[in-house]
Amino acid sequence: MARQFMKGNDAIILGALAAGCRAYYGYPITPASEIAHAAALHFPALEGVFIQAESEVAAINMVYGTAGMGIRTMTASSSPGYSLKQEGLSYIAGAELPAVVVNIVRGGPGLGNIAPEQADYFQMTKGGGHGNYRVVALAPNSAQEMCDLTMLAFDLADKYRNPATIMADGITGQMMEVVDIPEPHPVPYDHSDWCVRGDAATRQNLVSSIYLEPEELEQHNLKLHAKYQKITQDEVRFEEYRTDDAELLIVAYGVVSRIVYSTIDQARAEGLKVGLLRPITIWPFPSEAIRRHSEKVKGILAVELSTGQMIEDVRLAVEGRCPVHFYGRCGGMVPGGKEILEQYRTIMAGGAH
Amino acid sequence: MSKVFEQPHSLYSEFERKTAGSKKTTHYCPGCGHGNVHKMIAEALDDLEIAERSVFVSPVGCSVFGYYYFNSGNFQSAHGRAAAVATGVKRANPDSVVISYQGDGDLAAIGTAETIHAANRGENITVIFINNAIYGMTGGQMAPTTMIGQRSTTTPRGRSEVDHGNPVRVCEMLATLPAPTYIERVGLGNSKQIMKARKAIRKALKIQKEGRGYSFVEILAPCPTGWKMDPPQARDHLLDTMEEIFPLGVYKDISDEREEHSWDRLSSPFEVEKRHEYLQAMKTPLDLEPIELPTDLNCKFAGFGGQGILTLGLFLAQVGMKAGHQVSWFPAYGPEMRGGTANCSVNVSRERIGAPTVEHPNVLVAMNQPSLEMFEKDIVDGGWIFVDSGICTGEPDRERLKVTMIPAAEIADKVGTPKVANVVMLGALCAATEMFPADYVKDTLKVIVKRQELVDMNLKAFDAGWEFVRKDG
Amino acid sequence: MATELKPYMEVDFELCKGCQLCIDVCPKGVIAISDKLNSSSYHPAYYTGDGCTGCGLCFYACPEPGAIRVVKP
Repeated sequence: MARQFMKGNDAIILGALAAGCRAYYGYPITPASEIAHAAALHFPALEGVFIQAESEVAAINMVYGTAGMGIRTMTASSSPGYSLKQEGLSYIAGAELPAVVVNIVRGGPGLGNIAPEQADYFQMTKGGGHGNYRVVALAPNSAQEMCDLTMLAFDLADKYRNPATIMADGITGQMMEVVDIPEPHPVPYDHSDWCVRGDAATRQNLVSSIYLEPEELEQHNLKLHAKYQKITQDEVRFEEYRTDDAELLIVAYGVVSRIVYSTIDQARAEGLKVGLLRPITIWPFPSEAIRRHSEKVKGILAVELSTGQMIEDVRLAVEGRCPVHFYGRCGGMVPGGKEILEQYRTIMAGGAH
Repeated sequence: MSKVFEQPHSLYSEFERKTAGSKKTTHYCPGCGHGNVHKMIAEALDDLEIAERSVFVSPVGCSVFGYYYFNSGNFQSAHGRAAAVATGVKRANPDSVVISYQGDGDLAAIGTAETIHAANRGENITVIFINNAIYGMTGGQMAPTTMIGQRSTTTPRGRSEVDHGNPVRVCEMLATLPAPTYIERVGLGNSKQIMKARKAIRKALKIQKEGRGYSFVEILAPCPTGWKMDPPQARDHLLDTMEEIFPLGVYKDISDEREEHSWDRLSSPFEVEKRHEYLQAMKTPLDLEPIELPTDLNCKFAGFGGQGILTLGLFLAQVGMKAGHQVSWFPAYGPEMRGGTANCSVNVSRERIGAPTVEHPNVLVAMNQPSLEMFEKDIVDGGWIFVDSGICTGEPDRERLKVTMIPAAEIADKVGTPKVANVVMLGALCAATEMFPADYVKDTLKVIVKRQELVDMNLKAFDAGWEFVRKDG
Repeated sequence: MATELKPYMEVDFELCKGCQLCIDVCPKGVIAISDKLNSSSYHPAYYTGDGCTGCGLCFYACPEPGAIRVVKP
């Protein structure tokens, strides 16, 4: 197996190339810029398209154009840039185009800082822009997953004709790990039934999100809604670690889950029965799995790099069946193993948060 | 020769997509200029035999329903974004003929950036700019091209220079750019102007068809409803008032100097085999040579920016990778990398790595005093610490830690350059921890040092660090 | 003797929006406005029946794609 020692951000482009992505449009922003650097290097080498756009807004609209041509395309940014892309994402979702968008989340709100955070969770999982829509949101926690989940994102985007996004953080983007170089596979979608390619076969097609008549727009929304329900049913992905006999379930994703792996081992060594459920898809959220655990555990602890966003989905899944605790750091502060371990001890000793 | 002037084939004979009113008339108001321009574009698509390949992009504005009419591929786009969407379309299929059809608010206000930059990249597209000096669809508000004194629903007392700025002259602005091939402003004020407009549109599309680059036609068009005039009055107003502010004419035309297809871009299809080969060539060229480790290495490397701290981390991580272990490297990224302090965390682990950040290292390399002060206390008991004794003034706790004081920068300077102080440290680290043999690491360095002319220097630096420890130890 | 074919223009009564721009541009002044209303409540233009040269200027001045047709045999 050929392997490469590489940054998480670079691994995204590795996955994109293997997935058959042919056009990248982006705008520089720390800590996501390496993705654009890698795209600028590799896409033209394969006679693909790379454009450094004049703005995030332009980049996502170039994606709209290429996606409407039925060709795999992507853009990537970090939080403030991802905010700017919301208009385009709403149009892409409304016009039902497949596209991949990456957000290497940094500290906010506003300009915030360039340190890792997970405070874009609401924006990533609840739609983000205007209108009734959802985007698939995948949350890798390693360089390998940056690659693999990018490939998956392209497949899901095509399968459902919907944007699929990657939500990672500055650490997962910046760190280097060993990645197995993936095998490209043919794109099993043709899209000529709806895309516009500038040829005779697709001349009668229209890429649009406008439905002037309320009756029609309601129907369109209901169709989208049914699609989102199907995604919710079929595409939930998560990982469990030492949950079998867990009395305290930790829910954490992205880089936080990496810290939690280590702390669970330490807690177990102390005799604390702690396990991790790691959402890999943060939308659709693994609500059903969390609900099942909530019937057996004494409590659930959500750990996030935010002041509490994912915890709302955890609470909705638990519906009061067990106490839900929260521990979060933000602003670029990353919790150390010690402080997380202390949370386990306090909760297991009966202390409520 | 007989000649029939009638609805062009590139417009649908019946407008099936139209939801309200007659399927044979446009949704435009009586006397509106959009219909004339639609006809002229469609006629040119017919005559140039490019209708089949054409893609019409209609953003928000009265012409958002362009797809009702044009028998071509159609994109509806967000307000102001047509030029960006057109870019994405054209780049995806350079054989397509792309028309970005935009009004003044769209093109010159909310979409100014997209307009300018598509032009500046010389996108091989045709932009048709309908300038009627008003927002029609949203109810007659001030446009970027609204004239001084002109009343609109948002300039009820007339546009004033001081309060609202002057009308924007787009052709003049774009003509300053080197990339555009053809820029002309025409009008719909009388038959002579209309026939000139017809010619300009054909020329613009022909330039695109031939791959000669970016073409832009601004068309002064009447908006009788927005201007609160009847159609003949509106045409007169266009002639009397608009032309003065927006002079007609060719602002740029270098189509003769541009070779055919000189502005075509490549966009090759996805070929699995080609991608496979390309990706395989990206692999890190290190063959696996397993070495067992007695313990995991959780390292923190810290110093000034420019001391090669991050590279030191990369080297060790790749040695660990070759030895068959899980490795991670994480830099404290950001402005501190650029000249200030730098540090990175490296894990070489026999099992799955949890946190990629290292809170409690068992190896610390401190190449300046602040790093020593910041991180020494975090080292686990019995851990290794390597301190550049030529730079740092402090003394680590020898009771608690395995200490190596090494004047790495000075040693490196003797080897040839202080820049390889980081590799001196690597030599010392490998010698003291006894995890990787010297030859093993040096063989690795031969592969991973990017600039081949620096390999020897690096190997000497490694040896110097290694020997310093072995001699002292 | 064959009948000489003459150029003519025609206005679709239902598609015309009565903007009168064709009347303005006609060099021969052979287009007029009807006093009848079509089903969209416009007074459409019509060809007065003689003098058209088939120049096509009315066609290009007309904002409606299908309202005017000009034939120059």
